[in-house]
Amino acid sequence: MDFGPYLMLAMLEGAVLAAVLALMASGLSLVFGVMRVVNVAHGEFYMLGAVMAWVVTQFMAGLGGGAAVNFIAAAVLAPLIVGTIAAAADITILKRLDYDPERVIVATIGVLYIIQQASLMGYGPDAKPVIAPFNSRIALPWFEFGEEGFQIYFPWGLSTTSYKLFVIVAAVVLLFALRLFMTRSRAGLIMRATQLDGEMATAFGIPVERVYAIVFGAGAALAALAGVLIVPIQQAHYLMGGDALLLSFIVVIIGGLGSLAGTVVAAVIIGMSDGIISVFFTPTLAKIIATLAVALVLVFRPQGLFGVKSR
Amino acid sequence: MTETSSKTKTGLISPTRRGALKTLAAGAGAAATMPLWARYSSAQSSAPIKIGFGKHATGIGAAYGRWYERTSVAALAKINAEGGINGRPVELVTEDDGTDPRRAAEVLEKFASQSECDVAFGTLFSHVVVGAAPRAAELKLPYFVVSEGHHVASGMLNRWTLQPGITDVKSQISAMAPFLTDVLGKKVTMIFPDYAFGYDHRDNLAPAIEAAGGEVVAKIAIPPTETSFTKYFPKIPRDTEVIYHVMIGPGVLTFVKEMGEFFGPSRPELFGFIDSLEATDLSSPGLEFLEGTYFWEGMPRYLQDDTPDYVKAYRDAVGLDANGASTADASDVSTSAHMFGCWETLHIIKAGMEASGYQSTADRQKLIEAVEAMTMFEAGPDHPQGTKMFNGKTHQVFGPQYISKVEGGKLSVVKTVPYEETLYDDEVDYTSMSF
Repeated sequence: MDFGPYLMLAMLEGAVLAAVLALMASGLSLVFGVMRVVNVAHGEFYMLGAVMAWVVTQFMAGLGGGAAVNFIAAAVLAPLIVGTIAAAADITILKRLDYDPERVIVATIGVLYIIQQASLMGYGPDAKPVIAPFNSRIALPWFEFGEEGFQIYFPWGLSTTSYKLFVIVAAVVLLFALRLFMTRSRAGLIMRATQLDGEMATAFGIPVERVYAIVFGAGAALAALAGVLIVPIQQAHYLMGGDALLLSFIVVIIGGLGSLAGTVVAAVIIGMSDGIISVFFTPTLAKIIATLAVALVLVFRPQGLFGVKSR
Repeated sequence: MTETSSKTKTGLISPTRRGALKTLAAGAGAAATMPLWARYSSAQSSAPIKIGFGKHATGIGAAYGRWYERTSVAALAKINAEGGINGRPVELVTEDDGTDPRRAAEVLEKFASQSECDVAFGTLFSHVVVGAAPRAAELKLPYFVVSEGHHVASGMLNRWTLQPGITDVKSQISAMAPFLTDVLGKKVTMIFPDYAFGYDHRDNLAPAIEAAGGEVVAKIAIPPTETSFTKYFPKIPRDTEVIYHVMIGPGVLTFVKEMGEFFGPSRPELFGFIDSLEATDLSSPGLEFLEGTYFWEGMPRYLQDDTPDYVKAYRDAVGLDANGASTADASDVSTSAHMFGCWETLHIIKAGMEASGYQSTADRQKLIEAVEAMTMFEAGPDHPQGTKMFNGKTHQVFGPQYISKVEGGKLSVVKTVPYEETLYDDEVDYTSMSF
């Protein structure tokens, strides 16, 4: 394959990864930003989103729905279900630990295993596919300046699918909506107030514990939504949360825990570099470089690229 | 607890003298009322023979584990209905190995010491077998594997590990190579998983293709846990005539789908090992792309027109419909190309135990020697996959190989290669090793 089309293909693949990663990591970052706790079970909420998407589409297919209707139902219901489960976990577990950061880490490790093994028992060990609402192959053109001047042609293998493009667009729209929600809505204002100073927020009559439960649920719902978006490309599998969690942590550490803009920028950097390095070198090297980047950020800029030093 | 123990000042719980005496008395009473069979446990006359089955119940091999178990249960039902082994019933002791080498070694230990199994059996994934086999040798536990890796015949393992029920990758490849170069094309690109099983393919394909007059133009290794594959496809050289693919794990459906999306209408010829799509319905969305491509099959998944009666009996016993799916659930597709190995291996364990007059775990060594002395397995109800030749020196069996074409969403056998064309020179003589 020529270098130009090759690079373009790598970037398209990287963009899909970046889109899903940005969505998922922004959930992790939101939870940390507002609640100051690290949710180690975040990857399992992503997995649960994918699994729920399979469950919902199977149920809808049983009712005789078309692929598009089934998928829309999954995209609405799966994050709602997962968000509710997460909010329940917050009320029953995290609240009782007083959101103590160390104990929350241990507790969410427990939640991780509970969700993973429950999925194994309920959903089974197989990878199962969800049909994309639409998925047609799009051959992409490339240009070259040859002997006959500028010309456009369709190189061998340079293609993507309509669904992959949709994932990229959907993630951009969702992240933009999340940003608007946080900066322009009253609920977003309350969340930011809680983030700045929980005690003062309580003094002003904000039900901080309810805000925490909603934020924890919303963070999980974002991960679940990422899972729903990826599942027509990959399949739902009960172990899929592990790698996703690692990449999300890499992204939020580089971007700065709690910073939405930083998370998005870091997701694009990590997603793109993973796509390009995997294509031109090896996927293992891509992972090595990403982890090395985390180490360097932690040494030289512990608050992350866009993070604010804690007061 | 309050009666038999009391808290000391330091907070430790220590039994009182009276409590300890009570417990002892209860124990002695229980021993006196033990049922008769337990007192004669050393006689071993009609106690069941226990076969420890390491099952990939979880992890990436789960689909194989499910079907390996069904096939083994069906085979033992047949063996028990025919009078068991040496007049004794046979039972399966199943443990989950998690498709994990470390866990598999622990499972072997459990078979040997806790559940007191006579032999250990099972397991497909080569890294699991390679990781567990040394423990079998240490425990002096006969370990019958159904793994199709070349690690048995290559001499990597030990005298206690045998593979008499399924052929190995090296012989499969030497059977396929002439078909690839003669029918499909001379320039081959191979895509394989980046671990032991994939390396068997990598190391054996190129010599076999070159011997058949072709050339391997690229070798693309993909980590077994990979979930996205498009990024690997640009490495396929443009002049490739045949793609040889053998992928396993939860991502295989994505692999085939993305390969279809990558090539679109202008694909080279494709030859795959059915391992890529074991337990996967060929009519799954995205697999239309495979129409007209070729696959190696260890044993045909779909019922063929000329299927012999003993194969039909085997399929009925395991519970397979004409499409190779479960008769209980048409979406539960089997791992036909491998699981026959469990059926055949259990019949070989029976034959070996009968030939050696196996009585107890003290006879394990005699069992190994009896199996090593075997040579031919004739096709029939005990060996439904076909006539095979066993090489006692390399502990490896050689059997027929099937090449099938996807036609109308089903696999039809287009060529059968007899075992004679799959042989290669011995690389080890396990019989010269000590026990």
